[in-house]
Amino acid sequence: MNDHSILRVVSKIMIPFILLFALYVQFHGEFGPGGGFQAGVIFASAFILYGLIFGIENARKVLPANATRILLALGVILYAGVGVAGIFLGGNYLDYNVLAATATGGQHLGIFLVEFGVGTTVATTMVTIFFVFAGQDF
Amino acid sequence: MAATAFAIIRLRNLFAVVMLSGIFSLLAASLYVLLSAVDVAFTEAAVGAGISTLLMLATLAITSEYEKKSERSNWLPKVIVFVTGGVLIYGTLDMPLYGAADAPANLHLIPRFILESGTEIGIPNIVTSVLASYRGYDTLGETVVIFTAAIGVLVLLGRGHNRWRPGMRKPVVPEDREEEV
Repeated sequence: MNDHSILRVVSKIMIPFILLFALYVQFHGEFGPGGGFQAGVIFASAFILYGLIFGIENARKVLPANATRILLALGVILYAGVGVAGIFLGGNYLDYNVLAATATGGQHLGIFLVEFGVGTTVATTMVTIFFVFAGQDF
Repeated sequence: MAATAFAIIRLRNLFAVVMLSGIFSLLAASLYVLLSAVDVAFTEAAVGAGISTLLMLATLAITSEYEKKSERSNWLPKVIVFVTGGVLIYGTLDMPLYGAADAPANLHLIPRFILESGTEIGIPNIVTSVLASYRGYDTLGETVVIFTAAIGVLVLLGRGHNRWRPGMRKPVVPEDREEEV
């Protein structure tokens, strides 16, 4: 799609705002609609848009295969690790109350980290699936 | 929504089917907004109308654009579909009215979530506190499911699948294009 200059220009303008909106949805999920799942999908859609317009090879330079594979696992490890941290601090698995000095503070921190783990895994999953599918057209 | 669903069944042009399923998801998202379930609507719009439409288009690029006409008669699947649909519709007749205060769903845990989550969790969005804290195990399970989906796609289609092994005639992807996959 190298000759579609309108698509290239518009997508270049759009991508930063899509990423910013994804981060807003991620970190504002405690106060409004949204959360890790939605934010992950929106974040991934920015990379997929880049891949569609500028080609999978260029998108892979931005986000190499090894990076997506590591982030894919890191999201789940972060989520499960928050649970294990709860055990070490004297609570049950996935008990956020013990993570900080106050119970609500612990809940805030726990939900923040857990949602971040969900977002990371969802975003890299979507990017991985799309890149692998779109890379098949030989 | 029903019109889109029937059009999806009847059409043989898969490109149109993918577009219509995206429209179906968008209509479903609007329905969720009308039912005040904005979080679900958000997910449906992002995942159903957005990403899954894209992934199906990516799949269409690999396969053909038209569905093949089936030769066999398909009365048995039709009967099963209609009976199951009839049973489901019959089941909805016993359900309480939407938003009824005495519905079992609104009596058991919902009051606890609405009244206590502000002091117990301390964040305004009740959906997020239920999703991430009260039902943390479920969300962990969902995350693992998504992780498993990515692993499955990587194992089936990723870089390792076309390596030559004894018994195979030749690598599926030429060696020089392997890095792109």
